Amino acid sequence: MNNDNKDLENIVGDYKYGFKTDVENVFDTGRGLNEDVVRLISKMKNEPKWMLDIRLKAYNEFCKKKWPSFGPDLSNLNFDEYIYYIKSSKKTESSWDDVPKAIKDTFDKLGIREAEQKYLAGVSTQFESEVVYHNTINELEKKGVLFCDTDTAVKKYPDLVQKYFAKVVPATDNMFASLNTAVWSGGSFIYVPKGVKLDKPLQSYFRINTEQMGQFERTLIIVDDEASVHYVEGCTAPLYSKDSLHAAVVEIYVGKKAYCRYSTIQNWSNNIVNLVTKRTWVDEDGHMEWIDGNIGANINMKYPACILAGSGAKGTTISIAFASSGQLQDTGAKMIHLAPNTTSQIISKSICRSGGKVNYRGMVKHTKKATNAKSHVECDTIILDDLSTSDTIPTNIVENNTSYIEHEATVSKVSEEQLFYLMSRGLTKDQATEMIVMGFIEPFSKELPMEYAVELNQLIKLEMKNSIG
Amino acid sequence: MSKLEIIDLHVSVDGKEILKGVNLEMNTGEFHVLMGPNGTGKSTLVSTIMGHYKYEVTKGQILLDGKDVLKMSVDERSRKGIFLAMQYPSEIEGVTNADFIKAALHARMAENEKFSLIKYIKSFEQATSQLKMRADLPQRYVNVGFSGGEKKRNEILQMKMLKPKFALLDEIDSGLDVDALRVVGENVNDMKASDFGALIITHYERLLDYLDVDKVHILMQGKIITSGGKELIAKIDQEGYDWVKDEFDLEDEQSRPSGIIGTCAVKESLGEKND
Repeated sequence: MNNDNKDLENIVGDYKYGFKTDVENVFDTGRGLNEDVVRLISKMKNEPKWMLDIRLKAYNEFCKKKWPSFGPDLSNLNFDEYIYYIKSSKKTESSWDDVPKAIKDTFDKLGIREAEQKYLAGVSTQFESEVVYHNTINELEKKGVLFCDTDTAVKKYPDLVQKYFAKVVPATDNMFASLNTAVWSGGSFIYVPKGVKLDKPLQSYFRINTEQMGQFERTLIIVDDEASVHYVEGCTAPLYSKDSLHAAVVEIYVGKKAYCRYSTIQNWSNNIVNLVTKRTWVDEDGHMEWIDGNIGANINMKYPACILAGSGAKGTTISIAFASSGQLQDTGAKMIHLAPNTTSQIISKSICRSGGKVNYRGMVKHTKKATNAKSHVECDTIILDDLSTSDTIPTNIVENNTSYIEHEATVSKVSEEQLFYLMSRGLTKDQATEMIVMGFIEPFSKELPMEYAVELNQLIKLEMKNSIG
Repeated sequence: MSKLEIIDLHVSVDGKEILKGVNLEMNTGEFHVLMGPNGTGKSTLVSTIMGHYKYEVTKGQILLDGKDVLKMSVDERSRKGIFLAMQYPSEIEGVTNADFIKAALHARMAENEKFSLIKYIKSFEQATSQLKMRADLPQRYVNVGFSGGEKKRNEILQMKMLKPKFALLDEIDSGLDVDALRVVGENVNDMKASDFGALIITHYERLLDYLDVDKVHILMQGKIITSGGKELIAKIDQEGYDWVKDEFDLEDEQSRPSGIIGTCAVKESLGEKND
């Protein structure tokens, strides 16, 4: 109990991931968005013309796009209020010693060096819009793995970027994919060559550090045939009073018999509107796994997708969403089966409390060609009090006669009988509730690397204690 | 030595009175057996002592070393030394037995007390083998996928780990085969000590063969009708409960009129004897 309080104070005292570091911003594009801003971003980045062309085309798309026809009301977003690009450090630093001290302090608070020593095979850390610290361990280089920020990749590996960029998620896809493609900055680029299997996960920390700054990372992961990689993305942000927009795009290509796992615990502070497009193209006998945790944010819309394009391709999404007071989590998964013998699995665990709203929104589609496809969908929700609400909105489409989709959904409150059982062994009501909730999300947390599982544990405990009611 | 006292306890469920003035006193170092036909309130009594939300105490007292148990929350009762081995233990998905019992032990530790993980693991392993349970018990989720007998043994394992002052065993023998019954009986009996007592509910004499019983109480129609020594067990095993009715002049509950309009009902409502 005493220890718990200490832990809590460590987190709440200075809201562990909610501090702000004073760094002099070197350059920003000012508030608002127009074609000149897009050109300026490209110019500041010294980009080749082909990328500027992609950006401009996407910007035109964005101007034509309409708000999503489903999900949360986003009409409060005012695109003129955001700053679309901030450059905080002139060049990408290659050595830790060259990184400015204020930025280093932030990293120290995040414990990134420690984490690196323990787990990282390579680090790419994003501070504001520019990657200032990037380290690739020799081992990766020897294997021919490319791991850098996406800006660098545009210059260093133009052939790969041109081949894959905006192909899985085209700029025409949706409003926020268009926006991202027009103004994107940072994000990670990973290329794993044919047959290379990485046993250690690759990790990256992201951070928004300026009020009202939109963050538009662009991540592109290419896992070549028979290769395998586990990428871990960590997101934390400071607490601010005004809305801040985050619209990332993650594109992944999984080759034949290749494997990719993408793990996230997204913990945006409660003023962030997070609208992310995550999609993977999975080739023959390839396997994609999204491990997706959504805890923070004011509004969060995220539906990691797999396009199972090759015969025997497999897609998995295991996700949790936790909505507390003032939060709307509209999350889920998409599985599009385009080929025979493809399989998919979705496990979604949702929790809401003190007036939070959590929705599962998902789609499973078996096209005509997806003969003998199989899908299993499991969505479970725990509603912790009478103030909170949840909806389950699944769409299942089968266009052939040989495939099938299983769908299971449960919505429940914490069982009084279970509470009594745990309390009869000495746990307080809060401890008992926490234990039941931790058990409920266990199918998710057991998939995380140890360090992340511990962090998730702390975050959930914090969420459970922090809220009123 | 600790003392548990139940004084004139009246308990209702959904407005229906089940216990109608139970008196019982026990000390640590003693094993008491609670017997009685089905539906007479044995489970109600032990669940009420633990503080189950379904049971409403309308009158009476429960005291643990003179302290008012009814004012304590369920978890507080547990930390003060009361333990209920349940007839139908809950299943908790995703929570391992090891984490669960660790949390329960943490909950009852003094502020500056240190938790020894090594000691914990050793005592867990020891209890597991003493109860002849599967070695992977610590990693299994609490009661999930357990057979009826495993669940019962898991209750006893928790009891061994948490070392309460008073254990209330609610039909801990049901669903156990002959060998498991012996294992459970012996384990419970081994705990008997000056700082441990138990109130045992059972329908079968067999469990009691393994236990060093001090007192037997017969609960019928919401009251403890008579108490005695081990000889009562044998008598009930041979003759059932009818003799109790005769000897203590109990009415047959079923024969009472149930809301029939007429003289009988009127008489009853006026509190007159109805025969």
